Amino acid sequence: MKVKTIAELALGLARGDFTSTELTQYYLNRIKQFNNQTQAFITITEDQALAAAKQADTCIQNKQAGKLTGIPIAHKDIFCTLGIKTTCASKMLDNFIAPYNATVVEKLNEAGTVMLGKTNMDEFAMGSSNENSFYGAASNPWDLQRVPGGSSGGSAVAVAADLAPGVTGTDTGGSIRQPAAFCGVTGLKPTYGRVSRWGMVAFASSLDQAGPMARTAEDTALLLNAMAGFDEKDSTSANQTVPDFSANLDNKLQGMKIGIPKQYFAEGLDSNIEQTVQDAITELGKLGCTFHDIELPRTKLAIPTYYVIASAECSSNLSRFDGVRYGYRCENPADLEDLYKRSRGDAFGSEVKRRIMLGTYVLSEGYYDAYYLKAQKARRLIKQDFVDAFESVDLILSPTTPTTAFKKGEKSEDPITMYMNDIYTIGTNLAGLPGISIPAGFVGGLPVGLQLTAPYFEESRLLNIGYQFQQVTDWHQHTPDAFK
Amino acid sequence: MAFDHTDVKKIAHLARLAITEKDLENYSSSISNILDLVDQLQEVNTDQISPMAHPLDATQRLRKDIVSEKNERDSLQLNAPAIENGLYLVPKVID
Repeated sequence: MKVKTIAELALGLARGDFTSTELTQYYLNRIKQFNNQTQAFITITEDQALAAAKQADTCIQNKQAGKLTGIPIAHKDIFCTLGIKTTCASKMLDNFIAPYNATVVEKLNEAGTVMLGKTNMDEFAMGSSNENSFYGAASNPWDLQRVPGGSSGGSAVAVAADLAPGVTGTDTGGSIRQPAAFCGVTGLKPTYGRVSRWGMVAFASSLDQAGPMARTAEDTALLLNAMAGFDEKDSTSANQTVPDFSANLDNKLQGMKIGIPKQYFAEGLDSNIEQTVQDAITELGKLGCTFHDIELPRTKLAIPTYYVIASAECSSNLSRFDGVRYGYRCENPADLEDLYKRSRGDAFGSEVKRRIMLGTYVLSEGYYDAYYLKAQKARRLIKQDFVDAFESVDLILSPTTPTTAFKKGEKSEDPITMYMNDIYTIGTNLAGLPGISIPAGFVGGLPVGLQLTAPYFEESRLLNIGYQFQQVTDWHQHTPDAFK
Repeated sequence: MAFDHTDVKKIAHLARLAITEKDLENYSSSISNILDLVDQLQEVNTDQISPMAHPLDATQRLRKDIVSEKNERDSLQLNAPAIENGLYLVPKVID
């Protein structure tokens, strides 16, 4: 079967070209064929998938199907899935069977999707390369020697290698957009609070946001329609009306004002990526967009601010892993303190431990004001840059990443080089804004992502421009030869 | 900013993390480098700027003080490393 989008598959299911059971079996077969090479999945839920597909087929026969009924998808292994292993790619949760479904999972189940399995990621979503997974790094389908990006790397790989037509991811500092860019797929990080965090293993609670990834903006909209909405169980969920994210896809872009932040086209940006983004700008210009130079003067503060705030929140959130109530427990603890220390020391990977320590330090007595409070103030300045920019433009455009996918091992020794990868994506999280990465071309056979950022709750605008761009370009339709 | 082996040990203790001797140098140097990066923040004037804890400056939503969850102790304890009679077992803490 030729690679199909969710929209095409939904049409095929509705017409009776194939059943959800056949479709699900097709993707399960592909996962079995390609998971050794890609390591995209941590867990494959074959039995549950086939049972859900059977149920979906009944719905379709009875004309009770919604737009996503019978569509196979995969969830990042950060979302709790009732009765199914939920590891967060950590030894800490290697044996954890979630006792409930995350709201995102529940909503996508209700929409009739069929879960194929749980995708690989950086441990506790901390990383930009997938190399921090306890189960081993997923590989980029465009070049298996390279990283797929992270932390939602397995999710991006699953879409790029056509092991699933759509997936969920989470984005704390770029973890949906960066792997989407590296693997050549479409990934959207919604406004903070748009999608419930309930049942999503917490990393940095004021930054974490779940979102969809798929081949096209159209498919991304279909998934977001099912995922978004206020949730009483998430104390920071936004009580906002949820529009039909598919409704504005056809809008023309005539007169759309797009800001180009000069700080995002500075030192460190690969010149070939810059050229690819310029080509995309030309394309969007033909569709009627106008371009305006803007300033995001505090851009260089984003990474230091992020690493203080995200680490502080992670040290607090991960204190729940104590070896007592769930998760890994060390052998023969001498006393309670030994139990805590060795359980956590043995089961967390080195990047997770580094961030817990950094976070503990910036929150500790005597350093709280100088680091944590200072970073929270800098965060407001960063947000203000975006708010000011959106006074004069409708969207902000930039590359998603400064380089294409790098080789495994290339940056894993030096955390700071790794952190710099997220320079263009982190500001969006600190401000809490929605952002999208869409495929915009290739450099040396590797995909390049185009990032667009919108004002609060304007995800529809991102999907509209993504869809219109994808009507006149075919970058999103490319599939690596080995996975055709 | 230097974050030496003693600092690593002290913070690891506060965070209840067992760190092996051979990892001390790695954590000490990488955290020192990260703190150097973070020190860029000190150059920024943040007088009169209030700290930002939530992107939309939302306040804590309150709910009615009523029971909303049912007791699911048995299913939740399926994930526990050691339990007995519905209780979590830990090493002895009181002599």
